Amino acid sequence: MQRHFDRDIEDLKDLLLRMGAMVEDAISQSIRALLERDTPLAEEVINNDSRIDQMELEMDRRTLELIAKMQPAAVDLRFVAAIMKITPELERIADLAQDVCERVIELNREPPLKPMQSIPHLAQDAQTMVRQALDAFVRGDAALARQVIKQDDNIDQQTEQSFRELLTYMLEDPRNISRAIRLTFIGKYFERMADGATNICEMVVYLVEGKMIKHTPVTLNP
Amino acid sequence: MITTIDMERFNSALAPSAVMLENMNAKISVRDFDFSYGSAKVLHGIVLDIPDRQVTALIGPSGCGKSTFIRSINRMNDIIPNARAKGTISIDGRDIYSADTDVVSLRRRVGMVFQKSNPFPKSIYDNIAYGPRIGGMRNKRELNELVEKSLIRAALWDEVKDRLHESAFALSGGQQQRLCIARALAVDPEVLLMDEPASALDPIATTKIEELIWDLKVNYTIVIVTHNMQQAARVSDRTAFFMLGRLIEYADTKTIFMNPKEKMTEDYVTGRFG
Repeated sequence: MQRHFDRDIEDLKDLLLRMGAMVEDAISQSIRALLERDTPLAEEVINNDSRIDQMELEMDRRTLELIAKMQPAAVDLRFVAAIMKITPELERIADLAQDVCERVIELNREPPLKPMQSIPHLAQDAQTMVRQALDAFVRGDAALARQVIKQDDNIDQQTEQSFRELLTYMLEDPRNISRAIRLTFIGKYFERMADGATNICEMVVYLVEGKMIKHTPVTLNP
Repeated sequence: MITTIDMERFNSALAPSAVMLENMNAKISVRDFDFSYGSAKVLHGIVLDIPDRQVTALIGPSGCGKSTFIRSINRMNDIIPNARAKGTISIDGRDIYSADTDVVSLRRRVGMVFQKSNPFPKSIYDNIAYGPRIGGMRNKRELNELVEKSLIRAALWDEVKDRLHESAFALSGGQQQRLCIARALAVDPEVLLMDEPASALDPIATTKIEELIWDLKVNYTIVIVTHNMQQAARVSDRTAFFMLGRLIEYADTKTIFMNPKEKMTEDYVTGRFG
């Protein structure tokens, strides 16, 4: 039997996916702005962030109404809880894309440091994780969610590697320091995006299996 | 935490402006409505507008007057000795308590479904056809169509279409309740009053009734009394909270359940009442 509540849930899911698509756009644009030194594009990402903020408020409003009116239970309750946890993660990821763009604008006021090695990889991998986290949510795919969580270690290594790379530039010439620090920040922002993807995936596992796996070591085959 | 009623607050609670509808089409308008059984006054100065084609839920503790109030909307209380109404209840702008009101035609326009399903001791078909036949419908084909349409609207057709001439008592409790709804719909009412329509049903049958209410509000103005606050939250667009015969708060259902203005409403919907 199709319940009225099922339609509410579908609507909420659609809205979250629209928000997810906007966040993915923000990430890919922030990467392009970084690689192509495109200040106008960076400004566009910053300006668009308020739309994502509005989506978050709309999601919060609808989710609270759904709780108040429908008193969800079992999988419905887990779905609503997952939405409430995933929405702020997405908003935070978009904020990080905005932070990347702010550093890009600052960097573009100076000549490029050196061809970057590790940050572009790190950025692409973080973007992939966010996309896969949303895929896992849409498909209710706990196995994919676990795989994404596993990738976070790789991201942490890449962040460390980019930090070492930037440190050598700073040691070479103190005039590199301000740009290298900004790039270190950018590396950290992408690493935090991947953390956000990890948190989303933990909620996907909770949604599908009812197991709360955060703060516990992840195994691919539970 | 259990709280007790703050009587001073209770007596000063209601702001009449809060109960009129703004920019909304009122099907039913209640003004300064009092109701007494003998010397016992059970409703005090009720003022509210019930919007067209929406679901309005009446909630409140036992004895708060919500059942008396819903029965006042089609004058079901008339049959109680010494019952007295004061004030007005208008449907489409006409006072149903005026001297020239035809009560039988009023009850056709304002159908009612009760807590305990009460099908007639007749076949499923005859339960639905009873009202229209009394209304003069004799044509077999028309009756067949009407029975089918009413059962479809009450989401019962698929379950009974092959057994229309079996006794209504052969149906389950939930099906009997939907049959009563179909019976009420057969005389083409404008308003549907439901007094605890699902309180005697199991959760699945209750969900079916609630889904039916969602579908019916497209065509009918529905007023539902329920002890089950969660049900009020789920099915209604607007909620009126009654206590000790007074309307304490009336607002959008989401406001009542998320951010009520009155502390008494908050205490009731959070289960703090003592």
